[in-house]
Amino acid sequence: MSKLLALLLLFAGTFATAQEIAVAAAADMSAALPELVAAYAKKTGQAVKLSFGSSGNLTNQTRNGAPFDVFFSADEDYPQQLIAEGLVSKGTLYRYAVGRLVLWVPGNSPLDLSKQGIQALLDPSVKKISIANPATAPYGRAAVSALRHFGIYDQVSSRLVLGENVSQAAQFVESGNAQAGLIALSHALAPALKEKGRYWTVPLDAYPTLNQAAVVLSRSKQQDAARKFLEFLRNPEAASLLASYGFSLPPENHSGGERVK
Amino acid sequence: MNWEAFWLTVRLAAIVSTLLIAIGIPIAYWLTYSRWRWKFLVEAAVALPIVLPPTVLGFYVLVALGSRSPLGRWWESLTGHTLAFTFEGLVIGSLLYSLPFAVQPFAASFGAVDPSLLRASASLGHSPVQTFRRIVLPLSKAGLVTGFALSFAHTLGEFGVVLMVGGNIPGVTRTISIDIYDQVQTANYSSANRTALLLLIVSFLVLSIVYGLNRRPWAVGPWR
Repeated sequence: MSKLLALLLLFAGTFATAQEIAVAAAADMSAALPELVAAYAKKTGQAVKLSFGSSGNLTNQTRNGAPFDVFFSADEDYPQQLIAEGLVSKGTLYRYAVGRLVLWVPGNSPLDLSKQGIQALLDPSVKKISIANPATAPYGRAAVSALRHFGIYDQVSSRLVLGENVSQAAQFVESGNAQAGLIALSHALAPALKEKGRYWTVPLDAYPTLNQAAVVLSRSKQQDAARKFLEFLRNPEAASLLASYGFSLPPENHSGGERVK
Repeated sequence: MNWEAFWLTVRLAAIVSTLLIAIGIPIAYWLTYSRWRWKFLVEAAVALPIVLPPTVLGFYVLVALGSRSPLGRWWESLTGHTLAFTFEGLVIGSLLYSLPFAVQPFAASFGAVDPSLLRASASLGHSPVQTFRRIVLPLSKAGLVTGFALSFAHTLGEFGVVLMVGGNIPGVTRTISIDIYDQVQTANYSSANRTALLLLIVSFLVLSIVYGLNRRPWAVGPWR
Protein backbone atom coordinates (compact mmCIF):
# COMPACT_ATOMS: atom_id res chain seq x y z
CA MET A 1 0.00 0.00 0.00
CA SER A 2 2.72 2.45 1.00
CA LYS A 3 4.62 1.37 -2.10
CA LEU A 4 1.60 2.21 -4.23
CA LEU A 5 1.28 5.58 -2.54
CA ALA A 6 4.95 6.30 -3.16
CA LEU A 7 4.49 5.38 -6.80
CA LEU A 8 1.48 7.68 -7.10
CA LEU A 9 3.43 10.53 -5.52
CA LEU A 10 6.26 9.87 -7.92
CA PHE A 11 3.84 10.15 -10.85
CA ALA A 12 2.31 13.30 -9.40
CA GLY A 13 5.84 14.65 -9.11
CA THR A 14 6.66 13.91 -12.74
CA PHE A 15 3.50 15.61 -13.87
CA ALA A 16 4.25 18.67 -11.79
CA THR A 17 7.78 19.15 -13.12
CA ALA A 18 7.32 17.99 -16.73
CA GLN A 19 5.74 21.19 -18.14
CA GLU A 20 5.51 19.91 -21.66
CA ILE A 21 5.10 22.45 -24.39
CA ALA A 22 2.61 21.77 -27.13
CA VAL A 23 3.72 22.40 -30.70
CA ALA A 24 1.36 22.45 -33.67
CA ALA A 25 3.28 21.95 -36.89
CA ALA A 26 2.67 21.90 -40.62
CA ALA A 27 2.70 18.38 -42.04
CA ASP A 28 5.96 18.99 -43.95
CA MET A 29 7.72 18.92 -40.56
CA SER A 30 6.32 15.50 -39.67
CA ALA A 31 9.67 13.75 -40.17
CA ALA A 32 12.13 16.49 -39.21
CA LEU A 33 10.47 17.89 -36.10
CA PRO A 34 10.44 14.68 -34.01
CA GLU A 35 14.21 14.49 -34.51
CA LEU A 36 14.59 18.14 -33.61
CA VAL A 37 12.50 17.66 -30.50
CA ALA A 38 14.51 14.60 -29.47
CA ALA A 39 17.74 16.59 -29.83
CA TYR A 40 16.23 19.42 -27.81
CA ALA A 41 15.01 17.10 -25.06
CA LYS A 42 18.47 15.55 -24.83
CA LYS A 43 20.00 18.96 -24.43
CA THR A 44 17.54 20.64 -22.08
CA GLY A 45 15.23 17.94 -20.69
CA GLN A 46 12.28 19.89 -22.05
CA ALA A 47 9.49 17.61 -23.29
CA VAL A 48 7.60 18.70 -26.40
CA LYS A 49 4.24 17.39 -27.56
CA LEU A 50 3.66 17.46 -31.33
CA SER A 51 0.48 17.81 -33.37
CA PHE A 52 0.63 17.76 -37.17
CA GLY A 53 -1.87 18.97 -39.75
CA SER A 54 -2.21 21.33 -42.67
CA SER A 55 -1.19 24.90 -41.79
CA GLY A 56 -4.69 26.18 -42.55
CA ASN A 57 -6.30 23.52 -40.40
CA LEU A 58 -3.97 24.26 -37.46
CA THR A 59 -4.47 28.02 -37.84
CA ASN A 60 -8.19 27.48 -37.60
CA GLN A 61 -7.82 25.23 -34.55
CA THR A 62 -5.63 27.90 -32.93
CA ARG A 63 -8.30 30.51 -33.61
CA ASN A 64 -10.80 28.30 -31.87
CA GLY A 65 -8.73 27.95 -28.73
CA ALA A 66 -6.54 24.89 -29.33
CA PRO A 67 -4.04 24.66 -26.45
CA PHE A 68 -0.85 25.07 -28.50
CA ASP A 69 2.21 26.98 -27.30
CA VAL A 70 4.08 27.14 -30.60
CA PHE A 71 2.88 27.00 -34.20
CA PHE A 72 5.07 26.00 -37.15
CA SER A 73 3.48 27.03 -40.43
CA ALA A 74 4.49 25.98 -43.94
CA ASP A 75 4.03 29.55 -45.14
CA GLU A 76 4.11 32.97 -43.61
CA ASP A 77 0.52 33.98 -44.40
CA TYR A 78 -1.10 31.95 -41.65
CA PRO A 79 1.11 33.30 -38.84
CA GLN A 80 0.53 36.81 -40.25
CA GLN A 81 -3.23 36.23 -40.03
CA LEU A 82 -2.85 35.14 -36.41
CA ILE A 83 -0.68 38.20 -35.69
CA ALA A 84 -3.41 40.43 -37.13
CA GLU A 85 -5.92 38.70 -34.86
CA GLY A 86 -3.74 39.31 -31.80
CA LEU A 87 -3.10 35.62 -31.19
CA VAL A 88 0.70 35.74 -31.43
CA SER A 89 3.19 36.86 -28.79
CA LYS A 90 4.93 40.02 -29.98
CA GLY A 91 8.20 39.67 -31.81
CA THR A 92 8.24 35.88 -31.90
CA LEU A 93 7.75 35.32 -35.65
CA TYR A 94 10.78 33.48 -36.97
CA ARG A 95 11.33 32.36 -40.55
CA TYR A 96 13.33 29.26 -39.87
CA ALA A 97 13.56 27.77 -43.35
CA VAL A 98 12.35 27.71 -46.93
CA GLY A 99 10.30 24.67 -47.92
CA ARG A 100 10.81 23.00 -51.27
CA LEU A 101 8.28 21.34 -53.52
CA VAL A 102 9.25 18.18 -55.41
CA LEU A 103 7.66 15.94 -57.99
CA TRP A 104 7.87 12.43 -56.56
CA VAL A 105 7.23 9.09 -58.28
CA PRO A 106 7.47 5.54 -56.89
CA GLY A 107 10.63 3.53 -57.65
CA ASN A 108 8.88 1.32 -60.22
CA SER A 109 7.56 4.27 -62.21
CA PRO A 110 8.56 4.32 -65.91
CA LEU A 111 8.82 8.12 -65.90
CA ASP A 112 12.21 9.73 -66.48
CA LEU A 113 12.04 12.74 -64.20
CA SER A 114 15.56 14.01 -64.86
CA LYS A 115 14.80 14.30 -68.58
CA GLN A 116 11.17 15.35 -68.57
CA GLY A 117 10.85 17.29 -65.33
CA ILE A 118 7.28 18.31 -64.57
CA GLN A 119 6.23 17.49 -68.17
CA ALA A 120 6.38 13.84 -67.05
CA LEU A 121 2.93 14.45 -65.57
CA LEU A 122 1.51 14.57 -69.10
CA ASP A 123 2.48 10.92 -69.63
CA PRO A 124 -0.65 8.78 -70.12
CA SER A 125 0.54 6.33 -67.46
CA VAL A 126 -0.09 9.04 -64.85
CA LYS A 127 -3.74 8.52 -63.97
CA LYS A 128 -3.75 10.37 -60.64
CA ILE A 129 -1.50 13.11 -59.30
CA SER A 130 -1.64 13.74 -55.58
CA ILE A 131 -1.21 17.23 -54.17
CA ALA A 132 -2.15 18.77 -50.84
CA ASN A 133 -5.49 20.58 -50.63
CA PRO A 134 -4.77 24.15 -51.88
CA ALA A 135 -7.55 25.50 -49.66
CA THR A 136 -5.74 24.64 -46.45
CA ALA A 137 -2.20 23.58 -47.31
CA PRO A 138 0.57 25.91 -48.56
CA TYR A 139 2.18 23.02 -50.47
CA GLY A 140 -1.11 22.52 -52.29
CA ARG A 141 -1.10 26.16 -53.39
CA ALA A 142 2.57 25.83 -54.38
CA ALA A 143 1.71 22.75 -56.44
CA VAL A 144 -1.11 24.53 -58.28
CA SER A 145 1.13 27.58 -58.92
CA ALA A 146 3.89 25.36 -60.27
CA LEU A 147 1.49 23.53 -62.61
CA ARG A 148 0.23 26.90 -63.86
CA HIS A 149 3.79 28.21 -64.15
CA PHE A 150 4.66 25.38 -66.52
CA GLY A 151 1.38 25.80 -68.38
CA ILE A 152 0.09 22.26 -67.77
CA TYR A 153 -2.52 22.92 -65.09
CA ASP A 154 -5.51 22.68 -67.45
CA GLN A 155 -4.21 19.42 -68.90
CA VAL A 156 -3.74 17.72 -65.54
CA SER A 157 -6.40 19.33 -63.33
CA SER A 158 -8.88 16.49 -63.87
CA ARG A 159 -6.29 14.03 -62.57
CA LEU A 160 -5.48 15.83 -59.32
CA VAL A 161 -6.39 14.20 -56.03
CA LEU A 162 -6.21 16.27 -52.88
CA GLY A 163 -4.66 15.10 -49.64
CA GLU A 164 -5.95 16.70 -46.47
CA ASN A 165 -2.38 17.88 -45.93
CA VAL A 166 0.94 17.34 -47.69
CA SER A 167 1.64 14.17 -45.65
CA GLN A 168 -1.53 12.56 -46.97
CA ALA A 169 -0.59 13.66 -50.50
CA ALA A 170 2.73 11.84 -49.98
CA GLN A 171 0.93 8.77 -48.61
CA PHE A 172 -1.40 8.66 -51.65
CA VAL A 173 1.55 8.37 -54.04
CA GLU A 174 3.71 6.24 -51.72
CA SER A 175 0.89 3.67 -51.44
CA GLY A 176 0.65 3.44 -55.23
CA ASN A 177 -2.86 4.87 -55.39
CA ALA A 178 -1.54 7.90 -57.28
CA GLN A 179 1.25 7.55 -59.86
CA ALA A 180 2.91 10.88 -59.11
CA GLY A 181 2.72 13.49 -56.40
CA LEU A 182 3.78 17.07 -55.80
CA ILE A 183 4.96 16.83 -52.22
CA ALA A 184 7.41 18.32 -49.75
CA LEU A 185 11.12 17.71 -50.25
CA SER A 186 11.25 16.97 -46.51
CA HIS A 187 9.03 13.93 -47.11
CA ALA A 188 11.00 12.77 -50.14
CA LEU A 189 14.13 12.80 -47.97
CA ALA A 190 12.45 11.20 -44.94
CA PRO A 191 13.33 7.55 -44.16
CA ALA A 192 9.77 6.42 -44.98
CA LEU A 193 10.05 7.51 -48.65
CA LYS A 194 13.74 7.91 -49.34
CA GLU A 195 14.40 4.44 -50.74
CA LYS A 196 11.00 4.02 -52.36
CA GLY A 197 11.07 6.51 -55.16
CA ARG A 198 12.70 9.30 -57.14
CA TYR A 199 12.08 13.00 -57.14
CA TRP A 200 12.59 16.10 -59.22
CA THR A 201 12.97 19.40 -57.40
CA VAL A 202 10.57 22.02 -58.69
CA PRO A 203 12.52 25.26 -59.35
CA LEU A 204 11.96 27.98 -56.76
CA ASP A 205 10.70 30.52 -59.30
CA ALA A 206 7.74 28.29 -60.21
CA TYR A 207 5.79 29.00 -57.02
CA PRO A 208 5.64 31.64 -54.26
CA THR A 209 8.35 31.04 -51.68
CA LEU A 210 7.27 28.67 -48.92
CA ASN A 211 8.68 30.64 -45.99
CA GLN A 212 8.45 28.27 -43.05
CA ALA A 213 7.59 30.46 -40.09
CA ALA A 214 7.15 29.67 -36.41
CA VAL A 215 5.46 31.77 -33.73
CA VAL A 216 4.75 31.59 -30.01
CA LEU A 217 1.02 31.86 -29.40
CA SER A 218 -0.12 34.56 -26.98
CA ARG A 219 -2.51 32.17 -25.25
CA SER A 220 0.40 29.98 -24.13
CA LYS A 221 1.03 29.87 -20.39
CA GLN A 222 4.63 28.83 -21.02
CA GLN A 223 5.94 31.80 -22.93
CA ASP A 224 9.54 31.37 -21.78
CA ALA A 225 9.78 27.66 -22.52
CA ALA A 226 8.15 28.24 -25.90
CA ARG A 227 10.53 31.08 -26.82
CA LYS A 228 13.53 29.01 -25.78
CA PHE A 229 12.39 26.20 -28.06
CA LEU A 230 12.15 28.63 -30.98
CA GLU A 231 15.62 29.94 -30.20
CA PHE A 232 16.92 26.40 -30.48
CA LEU A 233 16.02 26.56 -34.20
CA ARG A 234 18.85 29.10 -34.67
CA ASN A 235 21.30 26.63 -33.21
CA PRO A 236 23.70 25.17 -35.85
CA GLU A 237 22.74 21.66 -34.77
CA ALA A 238 19.07 22.38 -35.50
CA ALA A 239 19.90 24.12 -38.77
CA SER A 240 21.95 21.19 -40.04
CA LEU A 241 19.19 18.77 -39.07
CA LEU A 242 16.66 20.88 -40.99
CA ALA A 243 19.09 21.05 -43.92
CA SER A 244 19.29 17.26 -43.99
CA TYR A 245 15.53 17.28 -44.65
CA GLY A 246 15.96 19.71 -47.51
CA PHE A 247 14.94 22.85 -45.64
CA SER A 248 17.24 25.67 -46.71
CA LEU A 249 17.78 28.80 -44.65
CA PRO A 250 15.90 31.89 -45.79
CA PRO A 251 18.27 34.58 -47.15
CA GLU A 252 17.87 37.07 -44.29
CA ASN A 253 18.76 34.48 -41.64
CA HIS A 254 21.65 33.30 -43.64
CA SER A 255 24.91 32.70 -41.85
CA GLY A 256 27.32 31.26 -44.36
CA GLY A 257 27.29 28.05 -46.37
CA GLU A 258 25.11 27.38 -49.37
CA ARG A 259 23.14 30.36 -50.57
CA VAL A 260 19.46 30.04 -51.50
CA LYS A 261 18.62 31.31 -54.97
CA MET B 1 -23.62 25.87 -50.02
CA ASN B 2 -22.01 23.35 -52.31
CA TRP B 3 -24.86 21.76 -54.29
CA GLU B 4 -22.50 19.67 -56.37
CA ALA B 5 -21.22 17.97 -53.21
CA PHE B 6 -24.78 17.64 -51.90
CA TRP B 7 -26.14 15.86 -54.97
CA LEU B 8 -23.02 13.74 -55.23
CA THR B 9 -23.59 12.57 -51.67
CA VAL B 10 -27.29 11.91 -52.26
CA ARG B 11 -26.38 9.90 -55.36
CA LEU B 12 -23.79 7.92 -53.41
CA ALA B 13 -26.22 7.21 -50.57
CA ALA B 14 -29.03 6.21 -52.96
CA ILE B 15 -26.79 3.82 -54.90
CA VAL B 16 -25.31 2.30 -51.75
CA SER B 17 -28.62 1.79 -49.96
CA THR B 18 -30.21 0.30 -53.10
CA LEU B 19 -27.29 -2.11 -53.56
CA LEU B 20 -27.51 -2.97 -49.87
CA ILE B 21 -31.10 -4.14 -50.35
CA ALA B 22 -29.86 -6.61 -52.95
CA ILE B 23 -26.83 -7.66 -50.91
CA GLY B 24 -28.39 -7.37 -47.48
CA ILE B 25 -31.51 -9.50 -48.02
CA PRO B 26 -29.65 -12.76 -48.77
CA ILE B 27 -27.24 -12.14 -45.88
CA ALA B 28 -30.10 -11.33 -43.50
CA TYR B 29 -32.02 -14.37 -44.74
CA TRP B 30 -29.08 -16.61 -44.01
CA LEU B 31 -28.48 -15.01 -40.61
CA THR B 32 -32.14 -15.50 -39.68
CA TYR B 33 -32.63 -19.10 -40.73
CA SER B 34 -29.19 -20.70 -40.55
CA ARG B 35 -28.60 -23.05 -37.65
CA TRP B 36 -24.86 -23.18 -38.21
CA ARG B 37 -22.95 -23.38 -34.95
CA TRP B 38 -20.50 -20.62 -35.89
CA LYS B 39 -23.15 -18.23 -37.17
CA PHE B 40 -22.34 -15.80 -34.37
CA LEU B 41 -18.93 -15.19 -35.97
CA VAL B 42 -20.59 -14.06 -39.19
CA GLU B 43 -22.97 -11.89 -37.17
CA ALA B 44 -20.00 -10.28 -35.45
CA ALA B 45 -18.23 -9.70 -38.78
CA VAL B 46 -21.33 -8.08 -40.29
CA ALA B 47 -21.70 -5.80 -37.24
CA LEU B 48 -18.01 -4.80 -37.25
CA PRO B 49 -18.40 -1.50 -39.14
CA ILE B 50 -20.63 -0.21 -36.32
CA VAL B 51 -17.75 -0.22 -33.87
CA LEU B 52 -14.73 -0.16 -36.17
CA PRO B 53 -13.12 3.28 -36.48
CA PRO B 54 -13.79 4.56 -40.02
CA THR B 55 -10.05 5.19 -40.36
CA VAL B 56 -9.39 1.46 -39.91
CA LEU B 57 -11.91 0.65 -42.61
CA GLY B 58 -10.53 3.47 -44.78
CA PHE B 59 -6.99 2.21 -44.35
CA TYR B 60 -7.88 -1.36 -45.33
CA VAL B 61 -9.93 -0.19 -48.29
CA LEU B 62 -7.07 2.06 -49.45
CA VAL B 63 -4.55 -0.77 -49.21
CA ALA B 64 -6.94 -3.27 -50.80
CA LEU B 65 -7.76 -0.93 -53.69
CA GLY B 66 -4.18 0.23 -54.26
CA SER B 67 -2.04 -0.97 -57.13
CA ARG B 68 0.01 -3.15 -54.76
CA SER B 69 -2.84 -5.50 -53.89
CA PRO B 70 -4.04 -8.29 -56.20
CA LEU B 71 -7.57 -6.89 -56.06
CA GLY B 72 -6.34 -3.41 -57.01
CA ARG B 73 -4.23 -4.77 -59.86
CA TRP B 74 -7.11 -6.88 -61.16
CA TRP B 75 -9.39 -3.84 -61.20
CA GLU B 76 -6.68 -1.78 -62.88
CA SER B 77 -6.20 -4.38 -65.62
CA LEU B 78 -9.96 -4.40 -66.13
CA THR B 79 -10.69 -0.67 -66.18
CA GLY B 80 -7.28 0.98 -66.64
CA HIS B 81 -7.44 2.92 -63.41
CA THR B 82 -7.21 2.25 -59.70
CA LEU B 83 -10.32 2.25 -57.53
CA ALA B 84 -9.10 4.77 -54.99
CA PHE B 85 -10.12 8.37 -55.74
CA THR B 86 -13.08 7.24 -57.83
CA PHE B 87 -16.80 7.27 -57.22
CA GLU B 88 -16.86 3.46 -57.55
CA GLY B 89 -14.23 3.28 -54.82
CA LEU B 90 -16.45 5.32 -52.53
CA VAL B 91 -19.39 3.04 -53.33
CA ILE B 92 -17.36 -0.02 -52.31
CA GLY B 93 -16.12 1.63 -49.11
CA SER B 94 -19.63 2.79 -48.23
CA LEU B 95 -21.14 -0.66 -48.89
CA LEU B 96 -18.86 -2.09 -46.21
CA TYR B 97 -19.36 0.90 -43.95
CA SER B 98 -23.17 0.79 -44.03
CA LEU B 99 -23.70 -2.99 -44.33
CA PRO B 100 -24.85 -3.60 -40.73
CA PHE B 101 -27.28 -0.69 -40.91
CA ALA B 102 -29.15 -2.57 -43.63
CA VAL B 103 -28.62 -6.20 -42.61
CA GLN B 104 -29.56 -5.86 -38.94
CA PRO B 105 -33.05 -4.34 -39.44
CA PHE B 106 -33.67 -6.84 -42.28
CA ALA B 107 -32.72 -9.80 -40.11
CA ALA B 108 -34.69 -8.49 -37.13
CA SER B 109 -37.87 -8.15 -39.17
CA PHE B 110 -37.44 -11.56 -40.86
CA GLY B 111 -37.00 -13.09 -37.41
CA ALA B 112 -40.16 -11.42 -36.12
CA VAL B 113 -42.40 -13.17 -38.65
CA ASP B 114 -44.61 -15.72 -36.88
CA PRO B 115 -43.10 -19.19 -37.55
CA SER B 116 -46.55 -20.79 -37.70
CA LEU B 117 -47.19 -18.80 -40.88
CA LEU B 118 -44.05 -20.30 -42.38
CA ARG B 119 -45.14 -23.81 -41.41
CA ALA B 120 -48.61 -23.20 -42.84
CA SER B 121 -47.10 -21.97 -46.09
CA ALA B 122 -44.82 -25.00 -46.27
CA SER B 123 -47.70 -27.40 -45.60
CA LEU B 124 -49.59 -25.82 -48.50
CA GLY B 125 -46.74 -26.82 -50.79
CA HIS B 126 -44.69 -23.62 -51.05
CA SER B 127 -40.94 -23.91 -51.35
CA PRO B 128 -38.83 -21.95 -48.85
CA VAL B 129 -38.07 -19.36 -51.53
CA GLN B 130 -41.76 -18.95 -52.38
CA THR B 131 -42.60 -18.67 -48.69
CA PHE B 132 -39.92 -16.05 -48.26
CA ARG B 133 -41.17 -14.03 -51.21
CA ARG B 134 -44.86 -14.25 -50.46
CA ILE B 135 -44.96 -14.30 -46.65
CA VAL B 136 -41.73 -13.07 -45.09
CA LEU B 137 -40.88 -10.17 -47.38
CA PRO B 138 -44.33 -8.54 -47.37
CA LEU B 139 -44.51 -8.84 -43.57
CA SER B 140 -41.02 -7.31 -43.26
CA LYS B 141 -41.80 -4.15 -45.20
CA ALA B 142 -41.13 -1.87 -42.24
CA GLY B 143 -37.77 -3.54 -41.57
CA LEU B 144 -36.78 -3.23 -45.22
CA VAL B 145 -37.62 0.47 -45.29
CA THR B 146 -35.79 0.97 -41.98
CA GLY B 147 -32.66 -0.75 -43.31
CA PHE B 148 -32.80 1.25 -46.52
CA ALA B 149 -33.29 4.55 -44.69
CA LEU B 150 -30.64 3.89 -42.05
CA SER B 151 -27.99 2.88 -44.58
CA PHE B 152 -28.94 5.92 -46.67
CA ALA B 153 -28.56 8.27 -43.70
CA HIS B 154 -25.40 6.58 -42.51
CA THR B 155 -23.79 6.93 -45.95
CA LEU B 156 -24.81 10.60 -46.11
CA GLY B 157 -22.75 11.28 -43.02
CA GLU B 158 -19.73 9.18 -43.92
CA PHE B 159 -16.46 11.02 -43.35
CA GLY B 160 -13.47 8.99 -42.23
CA VAL B 161 -13.54 6.46 -45.04
CA VAL B 162 -14.06 9.13 -47.69
CA LEU B 163 -11.26 11.26 -46.24
CA MET B 164 -8.89 8.34 -46.56
CA VAL B 165 -9.80 6.92 -49.97
CA GLY B 166 -11.57 9.80 -51.70
CA GLY B 167 -8.87 12.30 -52.56
CA ASN B 168 -11.35 15.22 -52.32
CA ILE B 169 -12.06 15.57 -56.05
CA PRO B 170 -14.90 18.03 -56.76
CA GLY B 171 -17.84 16.29 -58.40
CA VAL B 172 -16.29 12.84 -57.99
CA THR B 173 -15.36 12.19 -54.38
CA ARG B 174 -15.90 15.48 -52.54
CA THR B 175 -18.88 14.52 -50.43
CA ILE B 176 -20.85 16.91 -48.30
CA SER B 177 -19.14 16.03 -45.02
CA ILE B 178 -15.73 16.59 -46.64
CA ASP B 179 -17.02 19.90 -47.97
CA ILE B 180 -18.13 20.94 -44.48
CA TYR B 181 -14.70 19.97 -43.15
CA ASP B 182 -13.00 22.09 -45.84
CA GLN B 183 -15.30 25.03 -45.13
CA VAL B 184 -14.52 24.88 -41.42
CA GLN B 185 -10.78 24.53 -42.02
CA THR B 186 -10.80 27.63 -44.21
CA ALA B 187 -12.80 29.49 -41.51
CA ASN B 188 -15.77 29.77 -43.87
CA TYR B 189 -18.22 29.24 -41.04
CA SER B 190 -21.35 30.67 -42.66
CA SER B 191 -21.12 28.26 -45.58
CA ALA B 192 -20.31 25.36 -43.24
CA ASN B 193 -23.32 26.36 -41.17
CA ARG B 194 -25.75 26.27 -44.08
CA THR B 195 -24.49 22.90 -45.30
CA ALA B 196 -24.42 21.41 -41.81
CA LEU B 197 -27.98 22.58 -41.17
CA LEU B 198 -29.18 21.00 -44.40
CA LEU B 199 -27.51 17.72 -43.49
CA LEU B 200 -29.05 17.90 -40.01
CA ILE B 201 -32.54 18.43 -41.45
CA VAL B 202 -32.20 15.63 -44.01
CA SER B 203 -30.89 13.21 -41.39
CA PHE B 204 -33.71 14.13 -39.03
CA LEU B 205 -36.32 13.62 -41.75
CA VAL B 206 -34.90 10.21 -42.64
CA LEU B 207 -34.91 9.09 -39.01
CA SER B 208 -38.43 10.47 -38.52
CA ILE B 209 -39.58 8.27 -41.39
CA VAL B 210 -37.90 5.28 -39.76
CA TYR B 211 -39.40 5.85 -36.33
CA GLY B 212 -42.75 6.88 -37.78
CA LEU B 213 -42.94 3.60 -39.70
CA ASN B 214 -41.98 1.52 -36.70
CA ARG B 215 -44.29 3.06 -34.13
CA ARG B 216 -47.28 1.10 -32.90
CA PRO B 217 -50.03 3.36 -34.25
CA TRP B 218 -51.37 5.77 -31.67
CA ALA B 219 -49.82 3.92 -28.75
CA VAL B 220 -48.49 7.18 -27.38
CA GLY B 221 -51.19 9.56 -28.52
CA PRO B 222 -51.33 12.90 -26.69
CA TRP B 223 -54.97 12.35 -25.65
CA ARG B 224 -54.13 9.42 -23.40
